[in-house]
Amino acid sequence: MGIAVLLKQVPDTTAKISVSGGRVDESAVSKWSMSPYDEYALESALQLKESGGGDLVAITCGPARAAKMLTDAAAVGADSLLHILVEDLNALDSTQVQTILAAAVAHSGSDIVFCGKQAADTNAGSTGPGVAHLMDASCVTMVSEVASDGSSLTAMRASPNGNERVAVSAPCVFAFDKGINELRRPNVRGIMMAKKKVAEVLGPADLGVDVSASSVSIVSHTPPPQKPPGQKFEGADSVAAVVGKLRDEANVI
Amino acid sequence: MDVTVIAETSGDGLHPVTAQLVGAAASIGGTPTVLCAGGTGAAEAASISGVAKVISVVGDCFGTFDGAAWAEALNSVTGGDVIIAAASPSGREIAATMAAIRGIPIVQDATDLAPGISVTRPIYSGKAIETSTITTPCAITLRANAFDAAGKGGSAEVSTVNQSADVAVAVREAIAKASERLDVAEADIIISGGRGMGGPANFSHLNEIADMIGAAVGASRAAVDTWEEIPHGMQVGQTGKTVTPSLYIAVGISGAIQHLAGMRTSKYIVAINKDPDAPIFSVADYGIVATWEAALPALKEELGKL
Repeated sequence: MGIAVLLKQVPDTTAKISVSGGRVDESAVSKWSMSPYDEYALESALQLKESGGGDLVAITCGPARAAKMLTDAAAVGADSLLHILVEDLNALDSTQVQTILAAAVAHSGSDIVFCGKQAADTNAGSTGPGVAHLMDASCVTMVSEVASDGSSLTAMRASPNGNERVAVSAPCVFAFDKGINELRRPNVRGIMMAKKKVAEVLGPADLGVDVSASSVSIVSHTPPPQKPPGQKFEGADSVAAVVGKLRDEANVI
Repeated sequence: MDVTVIAETSGDGLHPVTAQLVGAAASIGGTPTVLCAGGTGAAEAASISGVAKVISVVGDCFGTFDGAAWAEALNSVTGGDVIIAAASPSGREIAATMAAIRGIPIVQDATDLAPGISVTRPIYSGKAIETSTITTPCAITLRANAFDAAGKGGSAEVSTVNQSADVAVAVREAIAKASERLDVAEADIIISGGRGMGGPANFSHLNEIADMIGAAVGASRAAVDTWEEIPHGMQVGQTGKTVTPSLYIAVGISGAIQHLAGMRTSKYIVAINKDPDAPIFSVADYGIVATWEAALPALKEELGKL
């Protein structure tokens, strides 16, 4: 059983995003982190590896700075690291990203793939289902936990009516929502071991993927529209006035 | 422009966003074909103005949700330059898989479209807006409540196609929601509590007010992470749900950047916080500087008079 977890480095959710010259200024991002849903995917992948054995490879497609995130994954228990070096992910379309990642998974020999349901930068959610299709694997999204019962893998997923426990067979892809699991933190030994772990670094061409012509091109980034300043009231006595405004000015109640 | 719309369903009928998908298709010059997975909502889809035709796709695979199987079945029924679906969890998965089957690009969660095709979407959970151009054929999912809905009065022809695909996901157990409360992703009015509520038991005050005005109850990440009684399904913000209700009432929420990212596009925002400098007031249309203990009883009383 080979397990792969697909990770993306994104601006930390607490980081401010600034726009300059019609583009998000990545150099102004104060902190880069593993995308939050990917953290839950990694935690669940580690638990599956611990319960059933198998090697866990952490894979990312991104610029050189993403190497730190792979080291973080090694510090909590990823066995090997695979970095597909792409300096500008924004220059790739969804098909190209999925093709690279599916090729990376094949390169690693994994047949069970964990990823976040979407990354905290584009919030798209195309990667899991797309990679699953390219691998000819089944796909379960909105997953909160995964377990092995010997013959198949079971996953808890969100459904319109609550939750469902579903079973699938490998090859399969699990796209994670925020899970119920507590995320583990690396210990000193893990951090020391991770420093010695060397990632395999490949380019898209090494995987036979052509990234020359993207079918999506970014025209501009802009800051979100600013709201005009609102009205501020002091004290609970003002609640009546606000309810009146919601009814008469805003017409929302 | 040959546009295919994947109908979004809710229970046994159509979700209101489906008419918005049709409206958006018209904005890029399309008179869409609407696909109804499992036949759900086909008659209703035919009555949406501007729909060219409705294809009711029926097959065994539609008994269980398996996005890959649904996408395969739907994909074989239609061609088209542009596939449009809702940016719901199932809509995103089906559209992404159909795009992968066809080898075409997809852009998710668009909030504006223009001929060309120019696509606008929030990135970094709304901390910036991206406009890009995408070549056809392509797939695009659309955020609910961002596009004008097409009207009623259509009378499109409905045809039925039998088309199934192999389902690889077997449901072993269904676990019903603990509460029957409205989901924040579906609600037109949301009242959310933060850590300022002091404890999970105090959310009962929010529930009472929600019941009076048909609202859903949400929570900040701080509240969800602090109290296990507050489930993640209630979380509004960057690692929770992004919402655009008509009215969002934030109670005891300071307004961390990741919370604002998830609710700042609400039409009207009311903030109740005892700290006059709380960042939540920067996005509030109506800010009330007060403790929740003082403000919520007054709010209950005033809403009771409506």
